[in-house]
Order: sequence, then C-alpha cells, then structure tokens
Amino acid sequence: MSMLLQVRGLRAAYGQTEILRGLDFDVGKGAVTALLGANGAGKTTTLRALCGSIRRQGSITLDGVPISGKSTEEIVRLGVGHVPDGRGTFLKQSVENNLKLGAITRSDRQGIAEDIEKIYDYFPILKQRRSQQAGLLSGGEQQMLAVGRALMLRPKILLLDEPSFGLAPLVVREIFGIFRKLKEASGVGILLVEQNASLALDLADHAYVLETGRVGFSGKAEDVKNNEQLKRSYLG
Amino acid sequence: MELFAQQVMAGLASGAIYACIALALVMIYQAIGHVNFAQGEMATFSTFLSWQMMQWGSPYWAAFVAAVALSFAGGMLIDTVVFRPIRKASVLSQIVMFVGLLAILNSLSGFIWDFTSKPFPTPLGSGPLSGFRFMGMHQAAMMAITALMLVLLYCFFRFTSVGLAMQAAAENPDSARLVGVRVELMIALGWGMAAGIGAVAGIMIAPIVFLEPNMMLGIMLYGFAGAVLGGLASPLGAVIGGFLVGLIENLAGTYIPAVGAELKLTIALAIIIVVLVVKPSGLLGPRHAQRV
Amino acid sequence: MALMQNVQVASSSRAILGSRWSLGIVFLAAALLAPFLLHKFYVFQMTLVLIYAIAILGLNLLVGFNGQLSLGHGAFFALGAYTAAMLIEHGGVNYAATLPAAGVICFIFGFLFGLPALRLDGIYLALATFALSVATPQILKLSVFETWTGGVQGLIVTKPDAPPGLPLTADQWLYFLTLGVSMLMYWVAVNLVASRTGRALRSVRDNPLAATAMGVNTAYYKTLAFGISGAYTGIAGALSAIVVQFVAPDSFTLTLSISILVGLVVGGVGWLPGAIFGASFILLVPNIAEGISKGLAGAVYGVMMILLMLVLPSGVSTPVRWMQRKFQAWAK
Repeated sequence: MSMLLQVRGLRAAYGQTEILRGLDFDVGKGAVTALLGANGAGKTTTLRALCGSIRRQGSITLDGVPISGKSTEEIVRLGVGHVPDGRGTFLKQSVENNLKLGAITRSDRQGIAEDIEKIYDYFPILKQRRSQQAGLLSGGEQQMLAVGRALMLRPKILLLDEPSFGLAPLVVREIFGIFRKLKEASGVGILLVEQNASLALDLADHAYVLETGRVGFSGKAEDVKNNEQLKRSYLG
Repeated sequence: MELFAQQVMAGLASGAIYACIALALVMIYQAIGHVNFAQGEMATFSTFLSWQMMQWGSPYWAAFVAAVALSFAGGMLIDTVVFRPIRKASVLSQIVMFVGLLAILNSLSGFIWDFTSKPFPTPLGSGPLSGFRFMGMHQAAMMAITALMLVLLYCFFRFTSVGLAMQAAAENPDSARLVGVRVELMIALGWGMAAGIGAVAGIMIAPIVFLEPNMMLGIMLYGFAGAVLGGLASPLGAVIGGFLVGLIENLAGTYIPAVGAELKLTIALAIIIVVLVVKPSGLLGPRHAQRV
Repeated sequence: MALMQNVQVASSSRAILGSRWSLGIVFLAAALLAPFLLHKFYVFQMTLVLIYAIAILGLNLLVGFNGQLSLGHGAFFALGAYTAAMLIEHGGVNYAATLPAAGVICFIFGFLFGLPALRLDGIYLALATFALSVATPQILKLSVFETWTGGVQGLIVTKPDAPPGLPLTADQWLYFLTLGVSMLMYWVAVNLVASRTGRALRSVRDNPLAATAMGVNTAYYKTLAFGISGAYTGIAGALSAIVVQFVAPDSFTLTLSISILVGLVVGGVGWLPGAIFGASFILLVPNIAEGISKGLAGAVYGVMMILLMLVLPSGVSTPVRWMQRKFQAWAK
C-alpha cells in the first residue's frame, strides 16, 4: 500500500505553547487511519497543521509532493479536503451553494453538477433542503453538508475532525455508514480524528494514539481495539 | 403635488448617489470589517481622472469607462500595498491608515488639479427629461446608471463563481480557505469594486456640486447615513438606506421650514445617531446582540 | 578613602539616572527652561503641544483604558473652548476660572453622551461619534445661537496678562499655566488609572462580561469614562481658547477629532506618557510636511502616518519603552 500522506517530525505551537512535539505518521491510499487520544493531545492541531492553518515545522508529503511550506489555498488545491471541527458551514448561503463552494476551484461544470447529485444520493436530506439557508440546518445535517462540501473537491485525502461531535447516535451511524461507502468505493484516503475511540476503530484500518503531542502507540486498528490495557491507559 | 413629485424624484436621484457610496462602504466593511473613511476621496480622485481625460480630448463615455477601470485597479493596488500588510493590526491603527490615505488623496487632488470648482459635463444634457416634468435629464441619467450598475452587481454575486467566492471570503474567511478560495485576492477584488462604484458615484454627482477636491465631503456623510440606516451587514440595505436618505434630505429640506441649507447636513447626522441608538444594526441588519 | 567616596557618588548618581523618573526629570528641566531660551513663537507652539497632549490624555482614558472608541472628541474640545470664550467675553469671568467650568460642563456632556453610547460599540460607536464631530461646526454656525457664539465669525478672546509681580511675558505665563495644568492632569490620570476606579475601567475594557459577573457596574464605568474623557478634552479646549485668543466654528471640524485620535495612536494607546509624543506629532509633522512640499503637505503628512503605522503599529510607546529599559539596565 503506497503512502498517500507521509508526516515526519511535525511540530506546531500556539504562541509559546508547544502542542505537537515531533509527530510521525502515514495515511495510505484507500485506507482509513484513525488519530486518537485524550483531550488536548493535539489531534485537531494536527489537522490544522496539515492544512497550513497554523504555523508548523517538519516534513509533510502528499502523494510525493512536499506541502509543509504551502499556504492553505494551495494545499487544498492539491487535493486535501478538510472537514473542520465546528463544520465551518457558510451559514448565510444555501445548502446547494455550500456544495458549489466546495467545488469552487474546479472548472468542469458537468462534473460539478454530477458530483452534487452524488452527494444528494449519499445524503437525501440535503437534497430536500437544497435551497434553504445552511444556517437553518440541524447539527447532523450541517455535518453531512460539511462532508459533502469536502467531497466536492474530489480530494485525494479527507481530513475529518471529530465528525461525531454533538450528534445523536442515529445520525452518527448514518454518517459513518457513508464513510464506509467512501472508503470502499472511491480510493480516497481518510484521516479520522475522533474522541469516540471505538467508533473510530470500527471504521479504521490503522490507528495512531497521540499523547501530549507525540505518537504514543500505533498499529492495526484491530490490535488497538482488542488491546484492553492500551485502551484503558490511553483512551479512558 | 407637482412640487412633491419633483422633490421625490430629486430625492431619489441624489439618493442614487448616496446608495452607491453606501454600497461601496458596506462592500469593504463586509470584506475586512473596517469602514473605508477614504472612500469619498478615492471617488473624487477618480472623477478628476475622468475630467483630465476629457480635457485631453476623450469623449465622455470613454473617459467614464477608463476612469472606472483605473479606479478598480487602483483600489486593488491600495489594498494590496497599504492594507494587506496590516490586516491583523488594531482597529485604531487601521483607522489612522485610512486617515493617512484620505490625506494623501485629498492633497494630491488639490496639488494636481487645484482647489477651484470646475464644471463637469453631464452625458445627456441638463434640460428636463422630455415629456416628464418632474425630473431633469441628468437626474434620470443618475438613476438609470445607478440602476444598471446595481443590476450588474446583483447578477455578478448571484450567478458567477467569483461572486460566490467573494461572499464566502467575506462571511467566513477560514472556511473559504479550506475550499481553496484565495481570500486575499477576494478582498482586493472587493476593494477594486468599491473603488469602481465610488468612481461612478463621483462622476454622476460632479455636474451638480462641481468638481473640487472636497466635493465628496457632504456626500460621504449621507453615504454613511445610508449605510448605517440600511445596516452595515447588508448591501441591499445600504442601497435602500441611501435612497431613503436622499428622500428624507430633500423632503425635509422642502417641507420643514426650519431646515435650511445649514441644517441639511445635520439631518443626515441625526439619522445616523437615531438609527444607531434605536437599532444599531440598521433596517436590514441582524438583531444586534447587546454587549454587556 | 577618596576612591570609595568617588565610587559612592558615581553609583548614587547612576541610581538617580536609572530611576523610573529619570526621563521625566530631563523633560521637565527642559520644559522649565525652554520659554526663557526660545523665541515666543516656539513658546506658543510648545503651549499648543501641551494643550493637545491634555486632549489626547483624555481620549486615552476612554479608548486606551476603557476600550471605547471616539471620533468625536473635537466636539468636547469645541465645547470647552466656547465655554471659556463665552464666559470671558460675555460673562466677564476670570480666565483661570473658566478651566474648571469647562471641565464640569464637558464632564456632564460627556456623561450624557455616554448613556446612549452604551448601546453601541466598535464601528457603530465610531460612526456615532463621527457624526457628532461633523455636526459640531454646523451647530456652532447656527444663526439661532449667534448672539452667544458669534456665528460664523466666532469670538475673539482677550489675552490675559501675566499676574503682576511675576517677571514673565504673557506668552511665558500662559505657557507655565498650561504646563502646570497639564502636569496636574497627568498626575490625576496616573492616579486614576492605578486606583480602584481605574481597575474597574480597565476590567470593562478587557472583558466586559467577566467584569459584570464580578459585580462591576459596566454601564456606570463606561459613562463615567466618557465624562472624564470629555472633561479632559474640554479643559484642553478652554486653554486653547485662552492661548489662541480666538474661537470659530471652522477651527473645530472633523479634522480636529481625527488629529486627536491620530495623536493617540502615534503616542501609543494605553500608555499615558504617549500623549506628549502624539501631540508633538500632530502639531509639528504637518509643519515639517509643508516645509518639504508646500503643495503636497497633506500627502507627505499622510505618507508619514502610513509609514509610522506600518513600522510601529503600537506607536512610539514601543521604542521609547525599549530605550527606557536599556537605559535602566545600563544604570544598574
């Protein structure tokens, strides 16, 4: 399995406080990699660093291209779809416009229209609400919209930041079902940050457990899932 | 009745200009969260550019279009060179930058073209509109051109990708970056468009108030009043606000005896203050959250 | 023995030089000597600098220490100036008494303006105060007030003489009067900021929600700040009426309000000593700009403002404080 994303020695800080102290991890093509850990371990920071939203040092390579010095806009255009925590919905725009914004860097009108229909297939509720203002959507619907928006980019890699946060279990199951479909169908690599470890491990192939800015443990998802001692000490 | 109709038309005509300025102010405010206090001076400078081109023999419409295009470029340049480096600075530092810009443009205008009032041509002549007793030709031109510009802008924002990207950048720059929008470019575009709109406003008002470096001072105030009345959060509100201010100014000036020329400006200010105290977010703005 | 004494003298003078007030003492000495050494035009300029410094001090209390915004302080300056002028010319009041009178009136006006201002913040407050500034000359020109204000032509204020017995010219006397008033007001400001009231004011600036949660009456302190700030600027205005001997509506336009704000930012928001630097900037740099190019004076001034903001976004407080620290370190 070739490595889609390779990270070596990633460091990042907020002001004087160092959050990431030298991370090493990989994400494979068509695989789901989970990034787990307690609050404050640096999971969200890692995703922000990958996107260039915060200052970072270290080596980040996407499909062979180094991206650690690039701006967010450039990184996104290279195929990184980030679904941020808080969803980042364009509340004033319609649902459909939010999706169109996901594809704003593309110029193939036909392809964009097809992709929008594909997203509506995944998330029928969005089709129902296509002309409504996105700010009126429920939390779960906004999460679906955020994922749909990222997918409109036809990304090589999808960065998911706590997609289950604040959502009812039924909605979470629906959304994770879509993730499973994506993993099987499209060959997109997924880096999944989750507080809910068991949920993430059910979906993931590989897992890294972060502890205060470093990788504390890594291995196959099954192994992590079955390792009671590991779960207790790192994942609570 | 005839007087009333005339004054309503006059109010709408000058309201068109205030609407333009208000729109330009709100566009920049939405993009960067600051009010461009130098908007009037930029418009005046643009108007001088068009005047100069006409002095050199250019026909009216060629000079009009050229001035708007140059202003667009100039606006983008000003943002990139002056305001982009201080994007993160405090409100106060930015206000001082705007003041500096204002001083530079005002002084340059005076230096290059001196402070005497110059007559400025109108595209359609200054007689009354044929068949319509309530409005002059130029007033009709002002309203028509403003209406055309507003329609074009509406279509731009509603139907084009760039328009959508600009809205996204203004609403949520972080998310906009995450979909690949070049936010800094969008902001510069917003500046360019505001500068272009200001140029149109200046060229339209110059025949009435005569061209001189301080021409836009009073108009800026009405423009602010319009923007505040409509709500700084809404371009549509700004336009409506501008027209309303024009109407109020003209009707109050005609029908309230105490309001002579001296008090007309104070009317604009009274509007601003009353609106701000009663509903700070304006007619079309969101309900203003009360800061404790 | 002599060597020890020399070392002691050297270290104690170093101690004096290194103390926090060393810079201030140097300034003070210069300020006290200047009027006797300089031509009266320069004395006049220095007096004006002090007057604007007081105005900036007032604005700083509101903006720097209480976190509100004002583009309208020219109105308070005008109110103070006209109060003094009218009291002197129409009321026969002694000029020195007009200062506290202006202070009180401007405090009341500031406090009253602060009440509706409670509902506004940020850009909305800027616009409201902006409107106040622009309205001021209009209101002053109104014919209904003409008998008192002198209308468009304004009022001429009789120049006071130095008190008999003092070997000073009128200009030198006015300078020392202004110097004394400004030092007093600076002292008051410093103590105000350090007091309980000052802490309350600053808590409202830093985190109004938390301040309320801790029982600070935010509304009261915000209006109080407007009142005090207005009073300071009003007293500056009164002094200007006396020193310039003239008040007219067109002296108090929006330009004045903006100048005071520029002076505040250049001096350093939230740094009281900055007032004197800011006042010097807004008074002297336009003159220098005119010297560089008569026709483009405004443009040169604007360029200097922009350059200063790009290089020193926090005003001169940054380099001055740095110099102070270096100086103190050397003196140790």
